[in-house]
Amino acid sequence: MLGEGILKGLAETAKNFAGSYVSKERLTTVQYPEERVAPIEASRVFPFLVYDGGDWQAGLRCVACQICEKECPPKCIYIEKSKDKKPDYVGKPQIYPARFDIDVSVCMSCQICVEVCPFEAIKMDTEFELATDDRFGGLLRSRDQLAKSNEYYHGIHPTEAAEVDARLAEEKAKVEAKAKAAAEAAAAKAAAEPATPAAKPAGGESK
Amino acid sequence: MLEKADQLFVLLQHWVMGLVPAAWQTATGIVLAVVAIIAVYPTLFALAVLLERKGLGRMQNRYGPNRVGPFGLFQPVADGIKSLTKEDVVPFRADTLVHFLAPLVLVVAVFMGFAVLPMGRNMVLVDMDASLLFVFAMGASTELSVFMAGWSSRNKYSLLGAMRAVAQMISYEVPLLLSSVVIVMMTGSLSLEKMVEAQNHYSYGLPHWYVFTPWGLAGFVMFVIAAMAETNRSPFDLPEGESEIIAGYFTEYSGFKFALFFLGEYVGMFGISGLGVTLFLGGWTAPFAFLTWVPSWIWFFGKVMLWICFFIWVRGTLPRLRQDQLMNFAWKFMLPMTLLNLLVAAMWRFMGEGWLRWAVCTAVVVGAYVLMGRTGMRRGQIGPRSYRYAE
Repeated sequence: MLGEGILKGLAETAKNFAGSYVSKERLTTVQYPEERVAPIEASRVFPFLVYDGGDWQAGLRCVACQICEKECPPKCIYIEKSKDKKPDYVGKPQIYPARFDIDVSVCMSCQICVEVCPFEAIKMDTEFELATDDRFGGLLRSRDQLAKSNEYYHGIHPTEAAEVDARLAEEKAKVEAKAKAAAEAAAAKAAAEPATPAAKPAGGESK
Repeated sequence: MLEKADQLFVLLQHWVMGLVPAAWQTATGIVLAVVAIIAVYPTLFALAVLLERKGLGRMQNRYGPNRVGPFGLFQPVADGIKSLTKEDVVPFRADTLVHFLAPLVLVVAVFMGFAVLPMGRNMVLVDMDASLLFVFAMGASTELSVFMAGWSSRNKYSLLGAMRAVAQMISYEVPLLLSSVVIVMMTGSLSLEKMVEAQNHYSYGLPHWYVFTPWGLAGFVMFVIAAMAETNRSPFDLPEGESEIIAGYFTEYSGFKFALFFLGEYVGMFGISGLGVTLFLGGWTAPFAFLTWVPSWIWFFGKVMLWICFFIWVRGTLPRLRQDQLMNFAWKFMLPMTLLNLLVAAMWRFMGEGWLRWAVCTAVVVGAYVLMGRTGMRRGQIGPRSYRYAE
């Protein structure tokens, strides 16, 4: 009959209206600043720089290779290489970024910088409250704001961080084994030829 | 004491009138009444907007606005400040004068209707003999302002919205008028005051409102539907149609002019619901004989707010119609039904007292509704329809 559907619809909305006052399950709204939902593991918002250990300047994984800067589609990463070098996680001396800025207003959260980074140094953060009242300085996140510890990374993306750690440990072990083998070979060589000075490989390593 | 509460505003007006010299008394009284109307309805408008936003939210299982003040009660204040401080943008090629006049004409026209509306016992600004005619004349002149707004904006969406609005308002004015003609037939008067008086008596504690008769109920339903279309409320909000033509005829309005349009729309809604209440729901009379001690103006405004709540409920339920569905419904269902209702009212009048007229009139109204609904739905002119490419 004509009008039947309208009455059914009216009953449905009336049920919703009354039900929203009675049952809390109906109201799915999270009243944001007071209430929050835990960030989802797979979510990504804005990149950050991972560092190992306690000191961010010493432990920064980034070696300022500038691959992310070149690959970034909207070109929002600005890197300046350092003049001096510092040892990385395997102990190899590397240059580090003297300046590393990412523009929040330009970044489009595409994660390409993360994909291309060969050093596992840049990862995606879940923090989304990046709004600021300073639209020039405040939107350009600098190195010290971007640096976050490996523990933090484990906190927000546990599975991904565990994989990364395993991979890095494997690489480190490989490098160490290689160094050990090289050292042994050098030692053997030195033993075979006592005329050449033994300090040479050691000096090269420390440089 | 209760008598005083009932006549509170009338006594207040007379008291202020007594303070000024005799020559100024009439003018003072009129100015007071006008100021009261202009103060009360925008306040109700703010209340209705809050009610609508909260009610719609609850119907969609959301909270609605709850940030400004306790329970979001000051939301209308924030909205008002926002619209007042916004920049007033006028399109470069717009007809500046007409663009400026359109919202003013709308607000003036919708407020004029309240001049003859009885809002309580002895609470009517102008006691006019043909007040129903006056209300309809004022209601029809809002079409002019809508078209002025659409035409002067020089915007395709505005013009489309204005065209839709005019087509819709003219189509639904016919059933709106015809559904209230039955009341004129029964009371034999065009005066709204007399219509309320005719409904203000009780038998077995129940009132003689016109909605409690077969022709009155049919007329009431038609009136509600036509009133929704007249005030461009959902599901008849094609002239605005946010998802299709942005905001229709007020696309190019911003700031305070936009707020005036918004105000005009809601005050128009109050006007038409006040008229509906007066025609079918006994105006300011109480719903039960034992409640007649409650002040009459409380009943009037309570009924109007209930009507508004029903509008909000319908808005939260029904999707927007399409233009051809709208026109089919107006001309192929509403018009024949209202015409038939005139006949039923005449039958009621000439069949005399007794159960026979109840049976015959109910049978005719229900029979016609079922029959027309069935044929209309079979032909696919009204009712639900399937969309070949959308489903």
